[in-house]
Amino acid sequence: MKNTIMENKNFRPLDLKKKMRPGESVIQSLLFISGVLSIFITVAIVYELGKEALLFFNNPDVTLTKFFATTQWQPGIGLFGIWPLVTATLTTSAIAIFVSLPLGLAAALFLSEYATPKARSTLKPILEVLAGIPTVVYGYFALLFMTPLLQSIFGESVQVYNMASAGIVMGIMILPLIASMSEDALSAVPRSLREGAYAMGATKFETSIQVVLPASLSGVGAALIIGISRAIGETMIVAIASGSGPNFTFNPFKAAETMTGHIARISGGDLSYNSIDYTSLFAVALMLFLVTLVLNLISQVVVERFREKYE
Amino acid sequence: MQTNETPEYAIETKDLSIFYGAFKAVSDVNMLLEKQKITAIIGPSGCGKSTLLRAFNRMNDFVPNSHVTGEILMRGQNLYGSNIDPVEVRRSIGMVFQKPNPFPKSIYENIAWGARINGFKGNMDELVEQSLRGSALWEEVKDVLQKSAYELSGGQQQRLCIARTIAIQPSIILMDEPASALDPISTLRIEELMQELKKNYTIIIVTHNMQQAARVSDYTAMMMLDKEGSRSGTVIEFSETKRIFTNPKDKRTEDYVTGRFG
Ligand SMILES: Nc1ncnc2c1ncn2[C@@H]1O[C@H](COP(=O)(O)OP(=O)(O)OP(=O)(O)O)[C@@H](O)[C@H]1O
Ligand SMILES: [Mg+2]
Repeated sequence: MKNTIMENKNFRPLDLKKKMRPGESVIQSLLFISGVLSIFITVAIVYELGKEALLFFNNPDVTLTKFFATTQWQPGIGLFGIWPLVTATLTTSAIAIFVSLPLGLAAALFLSEYATPKARSTLKPILEVLAGIPTVVYGYFALLFMTPLLQSIFGESVQVYNMASAGIVMGIMILPLIASMSEDALSAVPRSLREGAYAMGATKFETSIQVVLPASLSGVGAALIIGISRAIGETMIVAIASGSGPNFTFNPFKAAETMTGHIARISGGDLSYNSIDYTSLFAVALMLFLVTLVLNLISQVVVERFREKYE
Repeated sequence: MQTNETPEYAIETKDLSIFYGAFKAVSDVNMLLEKQKITAIIGPSGCGKSTLLRAFNRMNDFVPNSHVTGEILMRGQNLYGSNIDPVEVRRSIGMVFQKPNPFPKSIYENIAWGARINGFKGNMDELVEQSLRGSALWEEVKDVLQKSAYELSGGQQQRLCIARTIAIQPSIILMDEPASALDPISTLRIEELMQELKKNYTIIIVTHNMQQAARVSDYTAMMMLDKEGSRSGTVIEFSETKRIFTNPKDKRTEDYVTGRFG
């Protein structure tokens, strides 16, 4: 057969003039619009939040000092200290991360460094199915399984509604997300780095923990940040299992209401527009937004500090 | 014929064949490699040079379904014996790769890490300096030891990889086309470095560069696919480099080293 490529027939006439490429410009504008839209929506939400929250802070009974320096939250009877809600959110989220980060990382390391390709390709989809379980199911799992379990281990001190069981179950909920995202990050580390480590006489464990993991830290950090955000924002599990009523405590065995749980409970009742209960919800939501933002920033700084860039 | 007990031999292969699954990539290699000499492995692309080299430090273990038959003997021990720990094998047989692959750590840590996991307890600063001097990199990096290794040039990175390898003091160093990604000046530096290293180390190097093989090596192994349609590579001639390049026994070797290949 004659090889026509080698004959170089020049099937396109030489024409170097600028061309109209309508497809290109349409795509470009669509991408631009989507980008602007997502930023706009975020700004609009924050604006709406801020506007309503301002109504709350403009109330003559509310002062920033009361908001930040007292520890009881009952807006209906003039108690405006935000801390009980914040501490409950921080406690449940901390427990969730404490459970999901080590377990998720261990699962990810197993999948990417130890599992055979076949084991990986069966285990990873199963992990991702776990992520699809509705949170209401997790909520009752916490209340009806985890709480009795904790009570049987730690005894009377564990209340029926408590932050520990909500936090642990939240951790289980986030685990597949952290494991899956971390596994992607670990697998993306070039093979040449692993070979370099093995060729130095490193064991599999030394290679995974001391070379592969640090190199994948930006991806693992992204997983952590999303995990934290999921934990802080999670509503159903804490609403069901963590307690309904603000309680200023770090004791995980006590009932305490998180910011999200509080918003869900109050907004579920009869609320008259412009009542102090109504506007206070926006103040709580704004606080929730700020806490998420601050924790995200902190984790980014921490990850950047320990990350080892390989590009 | 010498045996593996003879001290001047660093390593010996006996009827060594290497398989990827059912595919026999390298067949029946018998070689005695002398201590403190440089042995070059040459041959056309795909004939199994890297495969053979990676068999020496059991790097092929990481390729699923690969296995070897025959033996590689080092001081009387078969590296593929059932009582052998591959991690220990790699500690005494170091490797430098074709593409520099420093760790994404500082220059200092690149060297200290390997030493630490190998149980080095002495003065780390001293070890880092000596390793970097040994690989002719010290003068260029002595003031920037805490910088990331990725800020070095390709040639500097390769010398860093040599430095981290000699820091753990293996008895043999394997090099797979260590200079093929480097410019002529960096290449020359690596070659000079090899001459320096061979005073105390045994070196096995794969290279596509005939002049390089002729310049640096004491012995040369010529590899080729054996013609019988099996697609397996083997060592068709192994002797002193001078002889391979001036008076080879095998016609195919002569054609290859003089560039009349095919
Ligand atoms: N991981 C692997 N799995 C399966 N087959 C492989 C693998 N690595 C190499 N091979 C095959 O083994 C044979 C020898 O490959 P090898 O890389 O050793 O050749 P080489 O002589 O180093 O070639 P080059 O000069 O191009 O580097 C080739 O046919 C190749 O396709
Ligand atoms: Mg090769």
